Amino acid sequence: MNKMAQLGSDIVKLWGDYGNAYLSGIWSTISLAVICTAVGCIIGLLCGILQTIPCAKTDNIIKRFFLGLLRVIIRIYVEVFRGTPMILQAVFIYFALPYFSDNTLRFDSVWLAAFTVVSINTGAYMAESVRGGILSIDVGQTEGAKAIGMTHFKTMLYVILPQALRNIMPQIGNNLIINIKDTSVLFIIGYTEFFAVHKAAVGATFKYFPSATIEMAGYLILTIVCSVILRYIERRMDGTDSYSLVQADQLTLAAGTYTYPAKTGGRDYEAIKNAEQLEAGKRAGIRDVGNLNLDKNERGR
Amino acid sequence: MDETILQISHLSKLFGKNVVLRDIDFTVKKGDVTSIIGSSGSGKSTLLRCINLLEQPTSGHILYHGKDISSKGFNIPAYRAKVGMVFQSFNLFSNHTVLDNCMIGQRKVLKKDRITAEKTAKYYLEKVGMLPYINAKPRQISGGQKQRVAIARALAMEPEILLFDEPTSALDPQMVGEVLDVMKTLVKEGLTMIVVTHEMAFARDVSSRAVFMKDGIICEEGTPEQIFVNPSKQDTKEFLSRFFDR
Ligand SMILES: Nc1ncnc2c1ncn2[C@@H]1O[C@H](COP(=O)(O)OP(=O)(O)O)[C@@H](O)[C@H]1O
Ligand SMILES: [Mg+2]
Repeated sequence: MNKMAQLGSDIVKLWGDYGNAYLSGIWSTISLAVICTAVGCIIGLLCGILQTIPCAKTDNIIKRFFLGLLRVIIRIYVEVFRGTPMILQAVFIYFALPYFSDNTLRFDSVWLAAFTVVSINTGAYMAESVRGGILSIDVGQTEGAKAIGMTHFKTMLYVILPQALRNIMPQIGNNLIINIKDTSVLFIIGYTEFFAVHKAAVGATFKYFPSATIEMAGYLILTIVCSVILRYIERRMDGTDSYSLVQADQLTLAAGTYTYPAKTGGRDYEAIKNAEQLEAGKRAGIRDVGNLNLDKNERGR
Repeated sequence: MDETILQISHLSKLFGKNVVLRDIDFTVKKGDVTSIIGSSGSGKSTLLRCINLLEQPTSGHILYHGKDISSKGFNIPAYRAKVGMVFQSFNLFSNHTVLDNCMIGQRKVLKKDRITAEKTAKYYLEKVGMLPYINAKPRQISGGQKQRVAIARALAMEPEILLFDEPTSALDPQMVGEVLDVMKTLVKEGLTMIVVTHEMAFARDVSSRAVFMKDGIICEEGTPEQIFVNPSKQDTKEFLSRFFDR
């Protein structure tokens, strides 16, 4: 118990001297991790979309060549950045600019370098996750989208990616948590995040264990809070399990109370009304029973 | 009413060395309701998929109002918007509600404004009896209901011709009727349709033309009476006897 009390007092004392440093370290860590995970996801999404552009044997040779080239480049990117340690990537990228430009070009801020390294690294992992996520959505939906005239890009944007993204949320969460922890290797290029504060604090006070305890607790709190938030987001994405049946009367009401004007100044609206009236004759028998709401609407207007 | 919408000539499709369609000739005029029958693997789905360009024909021509759909510069998305397709497995978008399923094509392909798109979507959902379910997600409704929504989604694009690939084959028997009823309504309204089906009674009663396919060729075609009542080819007789002698 004695030792526990001492640990407590050591921690209090450390926090008194370095509390602000720890806090700003935590901020550097979490902000970098969140931003880089987000940017990594965007890189991953782009790679995922580009890699899954359909390429038929009947397509012309130029298109096939570029698609093939694109796949090879993405493949190399993924393999290089998944297959090497991030600590090394940091050094590699940080010193590449000055080396090739004879010191005329360099990263102005360490933050920018750190951001670049972690984003690119996360992107490599996400590229594979997104590709898997896209492949996991059954091709029927792609065909359904094509059959109503959607292009590959629209199909991806409105149908496939939202679902793929939902399916890979656990992997995105994994990447966020890994980034929170692994940004600690960025001390190698002098980025001051949470773990770097530990090194500074123990350098001056030699209180290794108390500081490590603060670090452990800090990282754990960060990762657990992130997990909880991610779970919440997943549940939000799933939506409710129930739905409300809509009464026909309510529909009529709702249709009559729109407040937003048509973007085209109502011109299209007139057009469709005219078209419907034209068709009315053709469909007379059906409309009598089938289209009560719309008829009511039109009369009301 | 005599306007030709689709003219298919010498259409062939190979998967590798496997000849799935050979030298198909086939014309669809406005208002035609063509039913395609034939045993599994005879190439019925492939024919529809070639028409919609979900498969690229190996050779031959498909003319849409006289224009070759495989020609350079042909606007395929715009063509597909005019040639709707209803699939055996519904293929609704799981991440969208029933209403959004019927609006998304109008909004993103036809570029209609929200109010017009919603109005059109509700009009067709009402027609298939799915208006009360506009807030439901596909996973929350039954197979028959999904297929009716899929039909509404296709209709909302106001297509010139609608292709059905075994629309009731994935449904429990008690749900087949509700989908066939919707299709009968469409026939009455004069929609041009090509229907691949194993519902022989439906095909016989509602179609204006019947086509029997076997091994990738059109074995026999004619009026429903010619095909279902007085088939001239032995293959047709055999195929039909399997359906009606049960
Ligand atoms: N994507 C494909 N790749 C290879 N073979 C296929 C493919 N799609 C269909 N086939 C073959 O083409 C033949 C016809 O298939 P299909 O058109 O689906 O027949 P049906 O719809 O009449 O049952 C079958 O032998 C099937 O195995
Ligand atoms: Mg089939």
